[in-house]
Amino acid sequence: MNRLMRGFARRFPRRALPLAAAVVLGAVPAAGCGRSGDDPAGRTVLTVGLFGSFGYEEAGLYDAYMRLHQDVVITQTSIQRNENYYPQLLTHLVSDSGLADVQAVEAINIAEVTATQADRLVDLGRAPGVRRADFLPWKWAQATTRDGRTVGLGTDIGPQAVCYRKDLFARAGLPTGRDAVGRLWAGDWRAYLETGRRYRDRAPAGTSFTDSASGVLSAVTGSSARRFYDEDGTVVYKTSPAVREAWDIAAAFATEGLTARLQQFTPAWDQAFANGTFATVSCPAWMLGYIEDKAGPAGEDLWDVAAAPRPANWGGSFLVVPKSGKRRAQAVRLAAWLTAPAQQATLFRRRGSFPSASAAHALPAVAGARHPYFGDAPTGRIYTRAARGVPVTVLGPKDLVIAQNLADIGMLQVDQKGRRPEDGWDAAVRTIDNALDL
Amino acid sequence: MTGDTTTTPLPDDTPARARATAPAPPPAPASPPVPRAGGAPGRRRTRRRTRRGARGGARWGPYAHIAPFFVLFGAFGLFPLLFTGWASLHRVELTAPTDMEWVGLRNYARLLTDEFFLNALRNTVTIGILSTVPQLLMALGIAHLLHHRLRGSTFFRVVVLTPYATSVAAATLVFVLLFGRDFGFVNWVLGVVGAGPVDWQNGRWTSRIAVSTIVVWRWTGYNALIYLAALQAVPDELYESAALDGASRWRQFVHVTVPSLRPTILFTVVVSTIGATQLFGEPLLFNGSAGATGGSEHQFQTLGLYLYEQGWVDLHLGRASAIAWAMFLILLLLGAAVALVGAYRRRRTP
Repeated sequence: MNRLMRGFARRFPRRALPLAAAVVLGAVPAAGCGRSGDDPAGRTVLTVGLFGSFGYEEAGLYDAYMRLHQDVVITQTSIQRNENYYPQLLTHLVSDSGLADVQAVEAINIAEVTATQADRLVDLGRAPGVRRADFLPWKWAQATTRDGRTVGLGTDIGPQAVCYRKDLFARAGLPTGRDAVGRLWAGDWRAYLETGRRYRDRAPAGTSFTDSASGVLSAVTGSSARRFYDEDGTVVYKTSPAVREAWDIAAAFATEGLTARLQQFTPAWDQAFANGTFATVSCPAWMLGYIEDKAGPAGEDLWDVAAAPRPANWGGSFLVVPKSGKRRAQAVRLAAWLTAPAQQATLFRRRGSFPSASAAHALPAVAGARHPYFGDAPTGRIYTRAARGVPVTVLGPKDLVIAQNLADIGMLQVDQKGRRPEDGWDAAVRTIDNALDL
Repeated sequence: MTGDTTTTPLPDDTPARARATAPAPPPAPASPPVPRAGGAPGRRRTRRRTRRGARGGARWGPYAHIAPFFVLFGAFGLFPLLFTGWASLHRVELTAPTDMEWVGLRNYARLLTDEFFLNALRNTVTIGILSTVPQLLMALGIAHLLHHRLRGSTFFRVVVLTPYATSVAAATLVFVLLFGRDFGFVNWVLGVVGAGPVDWQNGRWTSRIAVSTIVVWRWTGYNALIYLAALQAVPDELYESAALDGASRWRQFVHVTVPSLRPTILFTVVVSTIGATQLFGEPLLFNGSAGATGGSEHQFQTLGLYLYEQGWVDLHLGRASAIAWAMFLILLLLGAAVALVGAYRRRRTP
């Protein structure tokens, strides 16, 4: 959903680490369980099972819905990390027990859910109150089966920009205005690499151009239509030109010393935000809050947001309704309402989650949004433009496994251990082959 | 120890005592327990009641009393164990756990050539040794100190046990920060003494040492208290006579403490080995939040982590089950080896 929603195992929300740790201790959170029923007052109880923090409760959407529907009470359960939530959701779906009336699915898992669990989910495409035209076509397509059933409604997406430190750019002799910075690398990730070289030559002591090679890898792969799978559902990442190009660019960042050699969403990464040791990071809309959190008051007005070299998407979520729910009709109505453009716009204004409903992009709450922490950057305009250009990525069931091992095994070896890019690639391929082999 | 006069009475005497204090249930007392009051009549009444009860429904009473344990054990211990074994003979995915395709022993056969499994096995052994050995040595020393010297011993016992009461998660999170590459405390100290910073997480050995450190930190106090409990069953006379014979503290430790504790030491070695084989939380969390990979080169991926990765990240339940059973079999083999060594020792010293 927002910054917390990244599907990768390593994508940690703000305070997720301690909470995730609780899971390790065996205190498996009682997630997404609990059937709907009637409360003592005779109202229908609808349960919503989420991961991380979607912000529905915080943004007052549940209260608003309950005011509209006096006969409904909404309760929410949430598991902090998607990597704990997703296996449990699968277990509940296949055993047909413990499901909430409405469940969330992360974008990186949606292809697998659509391919393997569609028979257990309600076709929301034909549900009353759902208008296909409201949504971005590619978002709609991601949760639609080959035979045309749409099992998930888009909540948010993760259009990308580049967040950069104005003070570090100034000291390195680079422009600091967000339009001028955007022009430095407009249209080409290699221009971003070239800017990195310019930065390195005059870099303030103790700083690097960007945080991690893996971050660059994710950003560049996010801007291509075909990356890990082809249209027939075959795994093609080994020969995909887009992946190759992304790998080469990211590896160049690593081997040329342009990164702070960090791993994203780890404590060290958080510390680096606080200490200001890197100048740029690829930032989807949901990451702005994370940066604000980690960089703290000291970083206010030092960070700014510029357009990414090419439009790309990173993360986002869907809502699904299991068929086995007793209150299916009401659950569908709730899911449709929560993902309707007006509610998505509210969520962007209140929580920063960028709407997947394109109909919301023109609303003033989105189009006119500015972010005070990032020098009043017109984030609404920047991310709307990015979202418009995002290619329709071909997704596959094992996107998570492939992306994660390319980043956390292969590119991490190149970046942090100084391995040759070819060796890192081979290590990643071996791990992925092992992971994909049944 | 042979030839040392101060210790000659020990071998016969102490193991039995120490055994009685070890966590295993003590052997049944030779004589019946003394009744509280009334002596013989009370005992007779009890016996009569028992006999009468045996004829009636109370015959099954004991079984009813222990049934809850066996029902729970069956449901949460035995059934999962057997079902895991069954699943390990199939190809089965978490996305469709009911579609099981029989593959025989394939999941096991592939483990023999699975570089990731063998790597995890090596890591588990290495980390196991790196953590168990220093942990038990330090625990012995601490128990020895606590047994003898200190005044506010309760205070120190609580202090020693504190790490054990800390959650794995909390401890590991702190250690992640301590062992941080850029802003870690350990590297700061190294810098102060003039040594270069160490990339703890990325080094093959440094990462395993760091993970072992967390284990050592958490479990040393726990083992020390077990040793201390056993030590308190060692008669003071042994120490007194040793002292009279002029044995130093060190010699007392070597010749009185260690032999007295031998069964307890065996117990802690077995328990620590089981713990080391199942090591999971520390290496998982030491990876920051990067999941079950155990580092970019799987340099600290243990068997537990590999199992988790196979089952819950890659969603291959059959393969994960085979790893679980392989771990179980490894433990059984270790147990058999320990039993064999014990039998051999008993035969040698009748």
